[in-house]
Amino acid sequence: MIGKSITSRKILLLAPLLLFLGLAYVVPFLGVVRWSFTMPEVGLGQYRALMTDPLVQSVFIRTLRICLIVTAAVLVTAYAIAYVWVRGSSVQRMLAEFCILVPFWISVLTRAFGWLAMLSNRGLINTWLQSAGIISEPLALARNELGVIIGMTHFLIPFAVFPIASAMRSIDERVLLAARGMGASRTRIFWTVFVPLTYGGLIGAGLIVFVFALGFFVTPAILGGGRSVMVAELVYLRIFQSPDWGLGAAISVVLVLFIGALLALMRRFIKPAHLIG
Amino acid sequence: MPQSMQPGDAKAAEIKAVSIGKTFGAFHALKNLSLDIGRGEFLTLLGPSGSGKTTFLMILAGFTAPTTGRLMMDGKDITDVPAEDRSYGMVFQGYALFPHLTVEQNIAFPLKVRGHSSADVKRKVAEIVERVGLTGHEKKLPAKLSGGQQQRVALARALVFEPSVLLLDEPFSALDKNLREMMQQEVKRLHQETGTTFVFVTHDQSEALALSSRVAIFNHGELLQVGKPQDVYERPSNRFVAEFLGEINLLPLDTVELNGETAAGKFEDRTIVLNKSITLAGKKAVAAVRPEHMFISASPQTSDCNAITCRVEGATYFGASTKYHLRTRSGTSLAVSMPTASTSPIAPQSDVWVSWPVHQGFLLPDGG
Repeated sequence: MIGKSITSRKILLLAPLLLFLGLAYVVPFLGVVRWSFTMPEVGLGQYRALMTDPLVQSVFIRTLRICLIVTAAVLVTAYAIAYVWVRGSSVQRMLAEFCILVPFWISVLTRAFGWLAMLSNRGLINTWLQSAGIISEPLALARNELGVIIGMTHFLIPFAVFPIASAMRSIDERVLLAARGMGASRTRIFWTVFVPLTYGGLIGAGLIVFVFALGFFVTPAILGGGRSVMVAELVYLRIFQSPDWGLGAAISVVLVLFIGALLALMRRFIKPAHLIG
Repeated sequence: MPQSMQPGDAKAAEIKAVSIGKTFGAFHALKNLSLDIGRGEFLTLLGPSGSGKTTFLMILAGFTAPTTGRLMMDGKDITDVPAEDRSYGMVFQGYALFPHLTVEQNIAFPLKVRGHSSADVKRKVAEIVERVGLTGHEKKLPAKLSGGQQQRVALARALVFEPSVLLLDEPFSALDKNLREMMQQEVKRLHQETGTTFVFVTHDQSEALALSSRVAIFNHGELLQVGKPQDVYERPSNRFVAEFLGEINLLPLDTVELNGETAAGKFEDRTIVLNKSITLAGKKAVAAVRPEHMFISASPQTSDCNAITCRVEGATYFGASTKYHLRTRSGTSLAVSMPTASTSPIAPQSDVWVSWPVHQGFLLPDGG
């Protein structure tokens, strides 16, 4: 990540972070890599198990499915919020900022339990709908994949808003005026000029959200209620609730490699600086 | 070369602006402006930045609504018609090309908006690409083009749907001098070929004089004068126009007497005779003469000329011309520009006569 132009003196500024990443992340992860090849015995046994174990495979497939759905839902919602934030009236902008920033100040745990209070069988939504006579049996909104998707989408929206808004801000207003002057309707300008000019932001936001979602632990654990286990939770279960450290370690290694490949792909499409705006 | 757009067959429009005013909060961007833009003319809106010329162009385009006044096109009131329904061609400052579309797709955009068949789009795009000299660049993105090429794409995109009016907002401000002159000729040629009404905004006076059939000069939100380039340059109606269009010598006159076609006033101890271009009842006035209309000699020229004595303070060599800096006896500074080839060098600090033909000088109100 470090360009050749950065002088050795500037590297000093990065030193605390590099040191922290090295000690708290790289070194322990090397330990995890070693476990994956040594526990319970030396060899590739755990990777072989990972390839064949139907439970592990179903968790991987579920994780990918949830992450794809969540990414799509986040992009659509975040695009709308970013649009209002960048192009709305001053009141609309304030409202959008509120929607973007407030979730940042509330812990992921609180938010997950908040959604549980809304979505569970005796939660607000089901109680209201039942007392209004719209439904007789509670809808299965939580403790399943739907609950996980709702909770994760809500959590990840702000992370997608920033790169999308940054792309929207960099659009030259005169280009949109030019399209209007040529007789294009607002709908046409939006779909043929505005949206294509934000593709970079959308790709960046999509990759950030997808990569982030792959490692989600708290939200799926609470809102999934053990019934829709995702990869991070599976690692936790293997390491803390069974003696199967080797398999847990192997899953971690595969996840890190997969995310690394995605990030490498992202760097081919967009510069990291464009994502922050 | 395809010639679908012959002079006269284009649907050039005429525009009438009636008492247009525009305020932004307490700021008066345009004050009670009335202006007729003739069918097929090349009108330049000229003025310093903040003079209201761009605001007026945006009102013409329909991107900005005037606070007061009406806008008529071919006799119809279009004040409330939105930009997308006016269908004027427009070339923006910085070109405003679609960065995600190729040259071809940029130019095709207005045709597709209008629902032209794909065969028609293809034919028209190919035609205009050739006309503006972009052959071979059709598949490139704007970022891969030079400034001049981007300019051509912007022109092609604005003209391809044969609009009745083409608006140009400082289109050459980003180009270097040689390229700018080339593009000016290009735009002039396109105006002649299409016969469309062109409205052009610039702050560059020489550009305005070189291109336009008429020039409208703006300052502080007011339209000061409209006229043919030669008229506004040689017969400016006030000091701002006179000074904005080029360097000018101003000689304060003591008393001004009007006799028939001419006016006469006293400068130092000489009587100066001038064209009576404006009426100045009992006001103080200045005599205005362009530097290139004056000449230096050892003795005063008398036949139909005014002459005053000056001391030479210095000279600046410009190649084709040399500009002499002089001062009159009462201390008024003067510039005289003469062709280098036809004059022998004049020594600094020498006393000389500066003369100019009577018909080249004109009267301006003092301080106005």
